[in-house]
Amino acid sequence: MIYREAGQFKTSYGADQAMLPIAQDRWVIAAVVAVMLILVPFLASEYMLQAILIPFLILSLAAIGLNLLTGYAGQLSLGTAAFMAVGGYMAYKFTTAFPGLNLLVVFLLSGVCAAGVGLVFGIPSLRIKGFYLAVATLAAQFFLNWTFNKVPWFYNYNPSGTITVPPREMLGVMVGGPEATAETRYFIALLVVVVLTVAAKNLVRGRIGRSWMAIRDMDIAAEIIGFRPYQTKLLAFAISSFYCGVAGAMYLCLYLGSAESEAYSIELSFEVLFMVIIGGLGSLLGSFLGAAFIVLLPIFLTNAPQLVGLTLPIDLQKHIELMVFGGLIVYFLIVEPRGLARLWQIAKEKLRRWPFPY
Amino acid sequence: MAQAAEARTGNGAGRPAGEVVLDVRDISLSFGGVRAIDGVSFDIREGEVRAIIGPNGAGKSSLLNVINGFYHPQEGTITYRGVPRSRMRPHQAAASGIARTFQNIALFKGMTVLDNLMTGRNLKMHRNFLWQALYLGPAKREEMEHRDAVERVIDFLEIQAIRKTPVNRLPYGLQKRVELGRALAAEPDLLLLDEPMAGMNTEEKEDMCRFVLDTNDQLGTTIVLIEHDMGVVMDISDRVVVLDYGRKIADGTPDEVRADQRVIDAYLGVAHDDGD
Amino acid sequence: MEILTAIFFTPFAEMWEGPVFFTEVVLNGLLTGVMYSLVALGFVLIFKASEIFNFAQGIMVLFAALSLVGLMELGIPAWLAVILTLVIMVLLALVIERVMLRPLVNQDPFILFMSTIGLTFFLEGFGETLWGSNVKRLDIGIPKDVIEYQGVLLSQFDIIAAVVGALLVFGLAIFFTKTTIGRALRAVADDHQAALSVGIPLKTIWVIVWSVSGGVALVAGIMWGAKSGVQFSLSLIALKALPVLILGGLTSISGAIVGGLIIGVGEKVAEIYWGPLIGGAIENWFAYILALVFLLFRPQGLFGERIIERV
Repeated sequence: MIYREAGQFKTSYGADQAMLPIAQDRWVIAAVVAVMLILVPFLASEYMLQAILIPFLILSLAAIGLNLLTGYAGQLSLGTAAFMAVGGYMAYKFTTAFPGLNLLVVFLLSGVCAAGVGLVFGIPSLRIKGFYLAVATLAAQFFLNWTFNKVPWFYNYNPSGTITVPPREMLGVMVGGPEATAETRYFIALLVVVVLTVAAKNLVRGRIGRSWMAIRDMDIAAEIIGFRPYQTKLLAFAISSFYCGVAGAMYLCLYLGSAESEAYSIELSFEVLFMVIIGGLGSLLGSFLGAAFIVLLPIFLTNAPQLVGLTLPIDLQKHIELMVFGGLIVYFLIVEPRGLARLWQIAKEKLRRWPFPY
Repeated sequence: MAQAAEARTGNGAGRPAGEVVLDVRDISLSFGGVRAIDGVSFDIREGEVRAIIGPNGAGKSSLLNVINGFYHPQEGTITYRGVPRSRMRPHQAAASGIARTFQNIALFKGMTVLDNLMTGRNLKMHRNFLWQALYLGPAKREEMEHRDAVERVIDFLEIQAIRKTPVNRLPYGLQKRVELGRALAAEPDLLLLDEPMAGMNTEEKEDMCRFVLDTNDQLGTTIVLIEHDMGVVMDISDRVVVLDYGRKIADGTPDEVRADQRVIDAYLGVAHDDGD
Repeated sequence: MEILTAIFFTPFAEMWEGPVFFTEVVLNGLLTGVMYSLVALGFVLIFKASEIFNFAQGIMVLFAALSLVGLMELGIPAWLAVILTLVIMVLLALVIERVMLRPLVNQDPFILFMSTIGLTFFLEGFGETLWGSNVKRLDIGIPKDVIEYQGVLLSQFDIIAAVVGALLVFGLAIFFTKTTIGRALRAVADDHQAALSVGIPLKTIWVIVWSVSGGVALVAGIMWGAKSGVQFSLSLIALKALPVLILGGLTSISGAIVGGLIIGVGEKVAEIYWGPLIGGAIENWFAYILALVFLLFRPQGLFGERIIERV
């Protein structure tokens, strides 16, 4: 009854191709953004913002980046964290070289740098496909990690090899460095994520998105129809890396504060990949759902034993966490290989007919 | 169907009026040691329906693949609209106005009918990704213009009811029709159809024949057609090329071809002279 | 100019001037390469029969080694422990097939690949819960003396490892070509549906390949474990086997062998002669870049056939 589109007539192709053609969807999204914007900062504790909401937002953005490449353009990548690292390190370089530069501009520039690097590591995709390509993207992971570890220019010849965000302010408010409050950082992350999500949605519903999906679904036919496979794939790599780069820059500036190249290790790549798979390949909503799941799961697993009054030795608990995490991944893939987004879609289809299913 | 065909073949049988659009000369193509096409020559004239027939493995699909640049022949020349063509990528062929459908349906399975048809408009869309990301002004206007063009194709093929359906949920016959739609959305000059009626029942075949003839009549599109159903081929095509074992064994109007002894032999399976 | 000399001239001059040392480096590389091949072999077996890109192969190596050491620490003699570990690996294969592969049959290869990453996490936690996570020594009585031949120093252990590896490969080749099961495996590899339709039981085949892969993992685990101790980093050598795979081709056993040798030698030579120029520790990525550059010129890998695409 509630979720019903009957009676919502579209009188133009524009309305039919709107981002959210169904009115209820528009209200829900508006409500979610409003809550995230107004209520959450008041209600959420410092811990909640720092440990859950900020990483959730940032990793959602990285997941969107990977989803554009893997879910939409069909190119499996295992090197997401490497492109995030490019974003992180370039953000550090930009903000230390130009202290007056607005942090948002820094994010943008870091994303552009990551896009350039992504373009280079996307070149093998012109020749190789599938798992061969996936392994090739690992080259980016290991090579870039090594570079950021070995080339002192990237960490300003700092003897400890760590990069630390210096204090930065925007409109008179501290936004970077140790004095920036969790709320400020949360607001900035939210702003960037909302803007870039809208842009991503626009991309995937238009010509670019169709060209990616065409290459994904049937690359030979796509080329014969007139898509240029090289350009299409490279654009996917560049835009995906841009998103990952911005996420990586925010990961450093808004979440970690200071980091070494290890912060962007292959484990992070896998984490983002899990978000995309569990959330749903080829779904932007899925990227958020997957990120929420993967951010919350370890927190839940850490606290679960205490909730039932169990105290386990630290290393045993670590091992059990690994087992449960791995087991849940497999379980999820068995239950719904197309991810949480698909479950949501099924729920919506049921809801349309509720309470009178036929 | 029969009437329409009569009207066409009655029109100066065997001598279509249009000028040569595509001229294929002495094409040979082999994979490793296997010769798929062996010294084939023929031409395609403006506005005709040109059929390519032959037993399985005769090299028909390979010939289409050569025409749209997917395979590159080792020997021979292809002249398109008077310009000799060197090695060409498929998307360049598409840009020069050649569209096609595939023997095994090659729709984009994860997309709706509408999106599949919109992919056919790709070559005519030019806004870059920055405009796309904003989806304002020119990018949106461009999207709407092409939606309009696609809607005309949807009307033409009578598939309004399924425009928002993901293609993998459609029955086979409709998928074939959507694939034709995707090719038509590109507004091609030369349309290559690879067995558009394979696996269809009689009603579906009749529908498909109607769409092919309408495309030819109303839009003036030149059509190259591969088909196994001889009834259909003889009815709707102006001229027929017959291939067997990669070679051309006959070329002419349906009536001429039907009477050709070598064609009858090839179809009835007379032993081949493999001496050469 | 100087940098060009350092890259293009000096390393070769060093090779020329110190042939004994160079030979040692190459032989060392070859022996490491055999180890990579062993891990890559496990991948190839599973990929061939089921098109599953088994990311868990590395953790299976660790798991097998951990089990072996754990059993030996219980006082079980080495030979019996090896047999028992084999039994454990077969049981593992059975459970994996029943719990994970069967419900996921006919899913997209992406999904199966992801599930093996999940399996990796699970086995890591499981193995360490069972046997503890501290570094363990594995000693099954292979001598580690260094022997000298014409001035070239070689570890006896490495030579034995190479021989074992070669024997294993030989055995697998015979298994694949001469036995009924081997033929069935190849049939499944070619076409699942067709294999099913002529009555080859797919599930049994899967259990068999995963068991054989488990066995290969055990051999690799023994060799690596005896060489450098049984610890978590053992599972990371699997990451080293990945470039070997794409170099050799995912479905080619001989590709896995030759690829392993090339990567082993290439990375040792590069580390020793070029590594110091750019800060060292290039072993982490060199194999990938090598494989990548190779693939740019020959996308089908070393032994793959050129693919003719059809529409």
